Amino acid sequence: MIGITAFGGYVPRLRLSRKSVVEANAWANPALKAHGKDERSMCNWDEDSLTMAVEAARDCLSGAAKETVKTLYFASTTFPFNDRLNSGVAAEALNLENELDTLDIAASQRAGTSGLIAAFKAAAAGPLLFLAADKRRARASSAQELLWGDGAAALLLGTDNPVAEFLGSYSEATDFVDHYRGQHSEFDYVWEDRWIRDEGFAKIVPPVVTGLLKKTGANPADIAHFVFPCTYARLSQAIAKKAGIPEEAVRDNLQAVCGETGAAHALVMLVAALQDAKPGDLILVASFGQGCDALLFRATEALPRLSPRNGIKGAIARRKPEGNYSKFLAFNDLTAIDRGMRAETDKQTALSTLYRKKDMLLGLVGGRCEQCGTVQFPKTNVCVNPNCNAMHSQLDHPFANIPARVMSYTADRLTYTPDPPAYYGMVQFDGGGRLMVDFSDVDADRMDVNAPMRMAFRIKEYDAERGFTKYFWKAVPA
Amino acid sequence: MATGIKDKVAIIGMGCSKFGERWDREADDLMVEAFEEALADAGIEKNQINAAWLSTAIEEVHVGKSGVPLAMALRLPYIPVTRVENYCASGTEAFRGAVYAVASGAADIALALGAEKLKDTGYGGLPQRSRGVLNSMYGANLSAPGSFAQLAAAYRAKHGVDKADLKRAMAHISVKSHDNGAKNPKAHLRNKINEDIVLKAPMIAEPLGLYDCCGVSDGAACAIVTTPEIARALGKKDLISVKALQLAVSNGVEAQHNSWDGSYFATARIASTRAYQEAGISKPRDEINLIEAHDCFSITELVTMEDLHISPEGGAIRDVLDGFYDSDGTIPCQIDGGLKCFGHPIGASGLRMIYEMYLQMQGRAGERQRKTTPVHGLTHNLGGFPHQNVCSVSIIGRYDA
Repeated sequence: MIGITAFGGYVPRLRLSRKSVVEANAWANPALKAHGKDERSMCNWDEDSLTMAVEAARDCLSGAAKETVKTLYFASTTFPFNDRLNSGVAAEALNLENELDTLDIAASQRAGTSGLIAAFKAAAAGPLLFLAADKRRARASSAQELLWGDGAAALLLGTDNPVAEFLGSYSEATDFVDHYRGQHSEFDYVWEDRWIRDEGFAKIVPPVVTGLLKKTGANPADIAHFVFPCTYARLSQAIAKKAGIPEEAVRDNLQAVCGETGAAHALVMLVAALQDAKPGDLILVASFGQGCDALLFRATEALPRLSPRNGIKGAIARRKPEGNYSKFLAFNDLTAIDRGMRAETDKQTALSTLYRKKDMLLGLVGGRCEQCGTVQFPKTNVCVNPNCNAMHSQLDHPFANIPARVMSYTADRLTYTPDPPAYYGMVQFDGGGRLMVDFSDVDADRMDVNAPMRMAFRIKEYDAERGFTKYFWKAVPA
Repeated sequence: MATGIKDKVAIIGMGCSKFGERWDREADDLMVEAFEEALADAGIEKNQINAAWLSTAIEEVHVGKSGVPLAMALRLPYIPVTRVENYCASGTEAFRGAVYAVASGAADIALALGAEKLKDTGYGGLPQRSRGVLNSMYGANLSAPGSFAQLAAAYRAKHGVDKADLKRAMAHISVKSHDNGAKNPKAHLRNKINEDIVLKAPMIAEPLGLYDCCGVSDGAACAIVTTPEIARALGKKDLISVKALQLAVSNGVEAQHNSWDGSYFATARIASTRAYQEAGISKPRDEINLIEAHDCFSITELVTMEDLHISPEGGAIRDVLDGFYDSDGTIPCQIDGGLKCFGHPIGASGLRMIYEMYLQMQGRAGERQRKTTPVHGLTHNLGGFPHQNVCSVSIIGRYDA
């Protein structure tokens, strides 16, 4: 039996109040008021699809034997790199084995589900980690800006005691262009909503859902969870009804708490569904985009035994309201703000150094002295322990998952950061090792010496001149 | 066993430019300003100098690398000129080079000159600069105030000090240095302030406000050194000599090993202990009469008073608030205004500290002259960050002491 053996989720903790967006933009576009309720998730300035995918993967792999992962697929329409293997960066950050099949899947809102269907075929060869993440950029004052959110999901696929059995899939492809983003375009170009709803969703999705039910022999009345990303009011219910799926099976599209997370959203909703499902529940996932995918799962007895994790529900519960729309515009480079002269330094990356130090920089791998046992970051030729100083004695020692505490810190208003003040300080890892490192996601009133921290894979800086995103690890409040 | 530097070298001439925002002066103008004073003070000719050391720190916005800028500015007659850089402790490094050259007998008379032209960046504070290819890929994006501010967090945690109490002691340090700077015609900042102004100033890097930070200045300072024998032959009396020159450099223990708690400078403790030994001083609190410490930030000065073994560990707050380090206290610290108010043209700062010792010991410090002429003075010149730094401690004194 092949299926999902573990899952994880990530939604950035910042939640932008839609009211703040509408209040700023309704003068130009009063129709935005229709979307002015609740909040959408919003990446911090140092988060993108890749960092979110890594966080979801870490959540997914907690308690799993990650050294057994044979394949890594990553789906997104907002990869930080058009030509650099994004799944390869994620693999380094996750410290996966070098023997690894990797694949980036893109170019459609169905990338998540179509990729997942392909992944189930590949997973026969061994455990496969499937990541999906999106951080879609919409024009300021557009409806998309309000409807979309940022987020990621991760699924571990395999045959070893799945929590949800994969029962089959059915897809149809048709070049229905509701929106598109050309190779050289920054933003999507979107056609009329009524046409997308009536001629697109309402006509393209139902035959695919029915096709899946027919192909798998499942009784629509038995579907307990209908996972279908769709922001048109009541349309999911209408589609479910048409297929004979009980209306109450229609899953919350998370519009009120998160917004639609692009190609990741079907999987984001699936993870949330798995967090609610009982053994035996049938879960039908459908996803629209130049055609439609539908996948069927059955939750197993292993589901309640899966070790605790954040999943999507935990990530959504961990929220920080953000009422400042200007900050959202600045973080997403939607406004030409004055960053100050200190932001003008050259940010070129020496790719040869990055490669030489990739375990350290992408994997947060330090050293452990095989003579005295002292752990340290970074790994060096000479052991840092003044009573040892052994030469060439260091074995790899990964720090990413070791809890840490603040030894000293500051909130710096002089140094350049997109989100002042810049919090940073010395963190000390449980069991030894320390690092003077940038912090992120800090709440001023909770920061002090001894505060518990965890390490997170984040953007160190962005080299706008060369389009290169530099990643490293930061300490975030645990 | 090394015999140390004590009394092997005498200072016969010193000069210091006015520090500050010298918008109308180039780096070579500042070098000449300091050099002319020192040369006149020494009463020698330029061509009697056998070797020279130039200290500058931030060459990205300055004169560039090598000894050439000094040789050009002074038209030195094809003598050896070496440029040194060791973070903010560069000035003392130039001095160390010149002193060692004389002590070794390789030079009869040597020049140490430090200069920095910082106010050409277009913004306040120290210039943004490269931290190196690998460091910039993982190191915290720290500023100088942000790194030193962390001393306060760790010091509070270690000694159980209330935030407000520490901030008040830090304010006293800055108020004191402004009082001193006001009496110094060459100082960058000559305004008097009070505790209230310090406490209400805008935050730079918590808990350091604007007045907890030293000035960023243009300036130059220099020293001409020779042997005591040559000094006497030149007719010099009441010689001022070098008693100790020590330098301790972090090797990564503070940054990477959990044995350091972040509340003090490991290097300063080691360098000062060695310096007292070299100078033959056993009770520094009784024998040191004057201190010029590297007060880049108020918290640095406070913590350093303990690391120099003057205040007991955890006792600096009391000494500071008691006025022990005030200009009329037992051991004045930054009687010339310090980095805080005299200013901090990086490459020049270590030499500026020695300049003040030299003036005070000769009774030439004008309005700020200490009533009892100091016998032993300590200069503490620090570069880098609390967790990774170079720290030099020098002791200057009367040759006959």
